[in-house]
Amino acid sequence: MKRLDSKSDKAAKMTPLAQVAAAVGRFTLKTGRSIFSILGGMSLLLGQASSSATKGLLIPGQQIGRDTLILQMVRVGVRAIPIVILVQMAIGMILPLQMFPKLDEFGQSEQIATINAITSFRELGPLMTAVVLSGFAGASIAAELGTMVTTEEIEALQASALNPVRFLVVPRLLATIIMMVMLTVIADVVMIASGMLTSVKLGIDSDTYFQLTLEAVNITSFATGLVKAGVFGLLIGLIACFLGLSVKPWQGSEGVGRATTNTVVYSIVAIIATDAVFTLIFYSYGLFD
Amino acid sequence: MPTETEKSPIIEVRHMIKSFGTQPVLDDINLNVYPGEIMVVIGGSGCGKSTLLRHLIGSLNPDQGTVKLFGRDITTMSEAKLNEVRKRFGILFQSAALFNSLTVGENVALLLREHTNLDESTIEIMVKIKLELVGLREHANKMPAQLSGGMKKRAGLARAIALDPQILFYDEPSSGLDPVTSAQIDRLIIDLTKKLRVTSVVVTHQMDSAFTIADRMCMLDKGRILKIGSRQEFETLRDSNPDRLQSEQDKLIRQFLRGDAHGPITERKMTSDYEEDLLMVSLKHER
Repeated sequence: MKRLDSKSDKAAKMTPLAQVAAAVGRFTLKTGRSIFSILGGMSLLLGQASSSATKGLLIPGQQIGRDTLILQMVRVGVRAIPIVILVQMAIGMILPLQMFPKLDEFGQSEQIATINAITSFRELGPLMTAVVLSGFAGASIAAELGTMVTTEEIEALQASALNPVRFLVVPRLLATIIMMVMLTVIADVVMIASGMLTSVKLGIDSDTYFQLTLEAVNITSFATGLVKAGVFGLLIGLIACFLGLSVKPWQGSEGVGRATTNTVVYSIVAIIATDAVFTLIFYSYGLFD
Repeated sequence: MPTETEKSPIIEVRHMIKSFGTQPVLDDINLNVYPGEIMVVIGGSGCGKSTLLRHLIGSLNPDQGTVKLFGRDITTMSEAKLNEVRKRFGILFQSAALFNSLTVGENVALLLREHTNLDESTIEIMVKIKLELVGLREHANKMPAQLSGGMKKRAGLARAIALDPQILFYDEPSSGLDPVTSAQIDRLIIDLTKKLRVTSVVVTHQMDSAFTIADRMCMLDKGRILKIGSRQEFETLRDSNPDRLQSEQDKLIRQFLRGDAHGPITERKMTSDYEEDLLMVSLKHER
């Protein structure tokens, strides 16, 4: 009661502007703290996961089960293939349709091939796949691990002297990384094919299109795209595992729901932010010349 | 019945204190459990008994005090050392906590594969033996989702005894089960304790179950131990005439043991500041 009074007294003395400033300050502090705790927790988890993955490679008897990994890869990636194809087909169609009128004015309509090739290999292939996968794999991993916390399964693992990081996190991380790279290759090819079909319909010669695509894409474009894809995969897996395992047993289904939603939101933000950083680095090193 | 002078305790808790934030959950807990006995920890919901159990298995660390298992303090141990201790006890969780992606048999086999060097055929035999002990041998290939509540508990128990532990912990073993299944689980706890010569610590708030299985009992209330004694002592207290009981504490324990609606526990709950609470509401709206 007394504490309440003193707090409201203090607030009454502040000018409205100061109150707003205080609110902004509190919010920044709170957000800052939670961002730091998430980043810290994720780094810790990454450290633990890499150490147990390395041990898994070197020490017999500590291997990561091949069956588990394949199971996760199927769950994470294989079932996402149709959606990735669908999304990339649409994107491969959208881009030429948007570009065609303007390029045609300059008599450069066949340059659609160049634009489509560059955007798909360097940018939209990895990016769109990552967005699909954060909804597909990230959400399901977070929900699964979160549920395992609430059903005491994680605690049971620990009480049985089994390390949850080795058992659950490592296979899921590896699966998201591997499948992100593989799906990106599919996404790249589908977008090029779809762009080609659309362009042919718009009256561009298919041979010219193919020739320009080959000229536009070199191994660097392809490789930088795949590097990004791998990193996106790591981010999705890490965020999903961390948020899933951060659910507290007493939070129940609400906690699981929040972890799932946050995984998708944080993953997409992290992916796009990382993409920007990567693109800057690649650009400044002249990889795009 | 082992007496305190005969054997040294297999579990020894000394002056253990734990708070969550500013809320004290366990306050100066002292408890000995001796080899071969079934110790039943009883207490109302939220009295801290599950928290106590989580300290005994090393899932939580106390703010102060020590928890010794097999004579070694687990509160200061490294994770690797603690894992070695963990292989020597088993735990049945309240929800059974089976690994849902594995079959019943694989749940048991997992621990054997990870923690022993046995070959596959031996593991298969071991799994059958463990499942037979809990009466689930025919259900080895079922997924946990296909099992009833009682079967889940039994499967969890089979997993808990996979590594032939010396201590078994049970968190509310009969909660959520029908009376017959619950009695079967009680029977199983007694049988396993005798057959496997383990020490059992059972946390429960079901009194008939507690009186069936206990060698000794320990009553927890608001994070404090009110009484530790043999089952006979608790039975005497339960069946005593309330007017003859001197201390308020004994009356409180008696009410809990009997499950009476009226008594010190109920009165304590009703003395919350009802009037002040109402006054606060009117004060808040005047502002």
